[in-house]
Amino acid sequence: MTESVATAATPARETGRPFLELKDLQVHFPTDDGLVKAVNGLSFTLERGKTLGIVGESGSGKSVSSLAIMGLHKGSRAKVGGEIWLDGAELVSMSVAEIRRLRGQQVAMIFQDPLSAMHPFYRVGDQLTEAYLVHNSVSKAVAKRRAIDLLDRVGIPAPNKRFDDYPHQFSGGMRQRAMIAMALMCDPALLIADEPTTALDVTVQAQILDLMMDLQKEFNSAIVIITHDLGVVAQMTQDVVVMYGGRVVEQGNVRDIFYRPEMPYTWGLLGSIPRVNRGGDHRLKSIRGTPPSLINLPKGCPFQPRCDYQEHVEGHSCVSELPELLQVDTGGHRVRCHIDHLQRERLFTEQIKPSL
Amino acid sequence: MGRYLIRRLLQTVVILLVISAITFFLFWATPANPALLICGKDCNTETVAQVNATYGFDDPLIVQYGTYMQGLLSPGGRTIGSEGSERECPWPCFGESYQNGIPVWDSISDAFPATLWLATGAAVLWLFFGVMLGLIAALRKGKLIDKLSVGIALFGVSFPTIVFGYLLLFLFIVKLQWIPFPDTANAALFTVGPVKWLQFYILPWITLALVFAALYTRLTRANMIDTMNEDYIRTARAKGLSERTVVFKHGLRSALTPIVTIFGLDLGGLLGGAVITEQIFSITGLGKLAIDSVLGNDLPAIMGVVLFAAIFVVVANIVVDVLYAFIDPRVRLS
Amino acid sequence: MTLGVTEAQSPEGGLPADHLAETAEAKQIEGRSLGQIAWARLKKDKIAIASAIIILLIIAVAVFAPLIVKLNGFPPDQFNKTNADGSPLLNTRDGGIPIGGLWGSGTSSEHWLGVEPQNGRDVFSRLVYGTRVSLLVALGGTIIAIVIGTVVGMVSGYFRGWVDTLLSRLMDIMLSFPSLLFVMALTPVIADRGQDLFGIPDDNKLRMGVLMFVLGFFGWAYLARIVRGQTLSLREREFVEAARSLGAGPGYVIFRQILPNLLPTLLVYTTLLIPSYITAEAALSFLGVGIKEPTSSWGRMIADASDWIESNPLYLFFPGLALFITVLAFNLLGDSVRDALDPRAGRG
Repeated sequence: MTESVATAATPARETGRPFLELKDLQVHFPTDDGLVKAVNGLSFTLERGKTLGIVGESGSGKSVSSLAIMGLHKGSRAKVGGEIWLDGAELVSMSVAEIRRLRGQQVAMIFQDPLSAMHPFYRVGDQLTEAYLVHNSVSKAVAKRRAIDLLDRVGIPAPNKRFDDYPHQFSGGMRQRAMIAMALMCDPALLIADEPTTALDVTVQAQILDLMMDLQKEFNSAIVIITHDLGVVAQMTQDVVVMYGGRVVEQGNVRDIFYRPEMPYTWGLLGSIPRVNRGGDHRLKSIRGTPPSLINLPKGCPFQPRCDYQEHVEGHSCVSELPELLQVDTGGHRVRCHIDHLQRERLFTEQIKPSL
Repeated sequence: MGRYLIRRLLQTVVILLVISAITFFLFWATPANPALLICGKDCNTETVAQVNATYGFDDPLIVQYGTYMQGLLSPGGRTIGSEGSERECPWPCFGESYQNGIPVWDSISDAFPATLWLATGAAVLWLFFGVMLGLIAALRKGKLIDKLSVGIALFGVSFPTIVFGYLLLFLFIVKLQWIPFPDTANAALFTVGPVKWLQFYILPWITLALVFAALYTRLTRANMIDTMNEDYIRTARAKGLSERTVVFKHGLRSALTPIVTIFGLDLGGLLGGAVITEQIFSITGLGKLAIDSVLGNDLPAIMGVVLFAAIFVVVANIVVDVLYAFIDPRVRLS
Repeated sequence: MTLGVTEAQSPEGGLPADHLAETAEAKQIEGRSLGQIAWARLKKDKIAIASAIIILLIIAVAVFAPLIVKLNGFPPDQFNKTNADGSPLLNTRDGGIPIGGLWGSGTSSEHWLGVEPQNGRDVFSRLVYGTRVSLLVALGGTIIAIVIGTVVGMVSGYFRGWVDTLLSRLMDIMLSFPSLLFVMALTPVIADRGQDLFGIPDDNKLRMGVLMFVLGFFGWAYLARIVRGQTLSLREREFVEAARSLGAGPGYVIFRQILPNLLPTLLVYTTLLIPSYITAEAALSFLGVGIKEPTSSWGRMIADASDWIESNPLYLFFPGLALFITVLAFNLLGDSVRDALDPRAGRG
């Protein structure tokens, strides 16, 4: 735990690939009722020291994607396609035994709802040392020192006493801290946080996010943060992927998404954030309708049934044709929408922005 | 933990008292005239009066219940019979049989070892096969071996003991003649030696174990499948633990916890007598004692066996609760 | 961002893993109710269909028993000594074992499943009539257990407080009874008492009633516990809260709002209780405390036949098979129903 240098991009050794790269990730679950297409073509890159946010409603495929990076679909009925490159190694084609060596060690995950994510019958401390003992040949005493040290670092008072407690003896915020400590035990280069603050109240939420940013600086790890909370995204991330119905509908850097969003779904998400400084006559907007069935995805744009702006597209291409995820301008900003780029910009500045 | 134990023990005592009262009033209040049952064919007004006096049937029921409970609770037991024909009934006194005058406790303590052997032997069998089969099925969910286990379990659950017991008896004793007809003398391990003893008990064990093994297979399978879908199992996998550690350390521990509870209650229930199995294989255990007493209208004996069995169920309940508290820290520490 | 799920269709119990939840949510969005989904699943389940057909056949046998018995012409209680051609049916010198037939069972073109040793009553006819006893007792006992269990459980869970404490203790006590022993000991006692108190003769009609009552009475506590738990959670749900805030009384809430949501549980429990009561009736009659002579019961037949296991094993085989097939069919159907109603089953 030395003060590591928070340099950006540390390119992977041989290949020159980014540290983490997803290429056209697909995750499908065969069920009795049909094939659930949970993720269809997710691609992004992430360097060390950076944070990427994946945003979307429940059922949009974000958690499923993160489990795919951990290789946690292996051995289940799920069909995973595409490529996941981590530090020069491809994970989708990797065997369970190989990926097991990476889990906990190089990639670690912070799960939502730490109460159910921790084993109720084992002491918190033992659950922390478990991964460390598997990946490092050290004595139990060393592992315990490390665990107590980390519990201290994540802000748990009297960590050497708390080491012997069971999860149900912790408060919600403390459990989440312990969960983070558990994920950090082996200095993972990639940290995936699945709704890390959803179960917590707002003050604790802020503390946990600060903690994660501090720790990121210290360990220079890459973080993928999965959330439906755009506030978290604004605070934590540099890049954002917006998912809808298992597909990326818009991606770009955090400024693109917040100041130049072009996809009606992203507009809807932005419109549903409560703001203190908003005028009194503005009402919080929710996106009408329900998320699509992942078994019978609409043939055209997945968002079409709920989209209020489809009259700006000529013909019926919204219903019949899936828009491609196309680059706008230069940077990495990509949008999946049939509406013309200039028209989208105009709609946003004229109709959406004033009411945000 | 200490306070929990004391509270639990007190509850148990109360439940036992309530059960004893219910049992007593149900059985004692029901027959029109118990004296008639005792003197049988030679009944006349005089003998009935005599019997009533001897057994205290003239007293109000509540007094009779008090007398009965005195025999169970007072360390000195109680005396039975009217003046001139009084006899000591030492603790624990469940009264005397109407049929043969033998103290009920003697019959119970004679019959208990056979039931104990039967129940524990069967318990070992069903626990081993049930948990093993259920575990394999859960881990190979959807595979051939899973479907096979589920099928066998369903078959086992649907095999009524009277059918399965006689099937075994017919096959191995009548047809193949691998095993001699059951002889009660062979129930005693220490006088007849292990071979005859095993021959005596093996078919009853299998008979009794079948339904339970099937139930435990299904239970273990269902619990294990549920547990393996838990978030903490995913966490364990995400840590990079080997599948063996995930299954046996994280999965099995949770999946087996409810089985401990059910096992305790099942075994406790059987220690009060496995009536049907004992009847089929002529084992003179508590179950056989119970059915013989019922058919002979022998109220003190019926009452004794039922109460004795109830004690096992209630004690099993508390043992299981305490055990559970040791297994599950959430219970232990709250 | 609401899900397309109304209260009535939302499954009981949480969906564990997030990715399961996501796929399951996707499923419900199609908007089918749990009942429709279950029915669709049952129709696809070959085992369920097969066992349902067998059960319907068994019920038909029970209902039309007098007609079926006319087919072979031997009333179940009739003692037969000779065949139609006048030749003796039973070997009187050999303890009354049937003459001829498969394995000394007396099977013939007249007596399809043979005859009883000693009495010469027709096994087929007795088996057919035994179906009635089995099904009636099991059904009656099940109804009693379900009604008591549901009412006690709902009242306990809905009113909470001292009512709940009292009823919960009652359930604890009921569950602490060694029920088979109790049922066994009480059945003859109650039947006896019925005779003394009400002048009802201790015949098999009374016996069947007593069996139903005793089985039901010792079988409700477990269901009550489940129902109580579900009621406790249901009464906290928004739609119940809403109804209560609009002034709905307990009767309305219990029967119109909570009861419908308990139906899947009750259905599953019913399909589990029926076969276990069929087994229990057979066991009690087998032990000699259930149905008595001359009414035929499968358990009674097995007990009789056990004396002839060496000389006439088929006599034991037929009632055993009938019992096994019936219980198996009910269990198979019950299993399919349970799986079909399980919101988590088959979802990935």
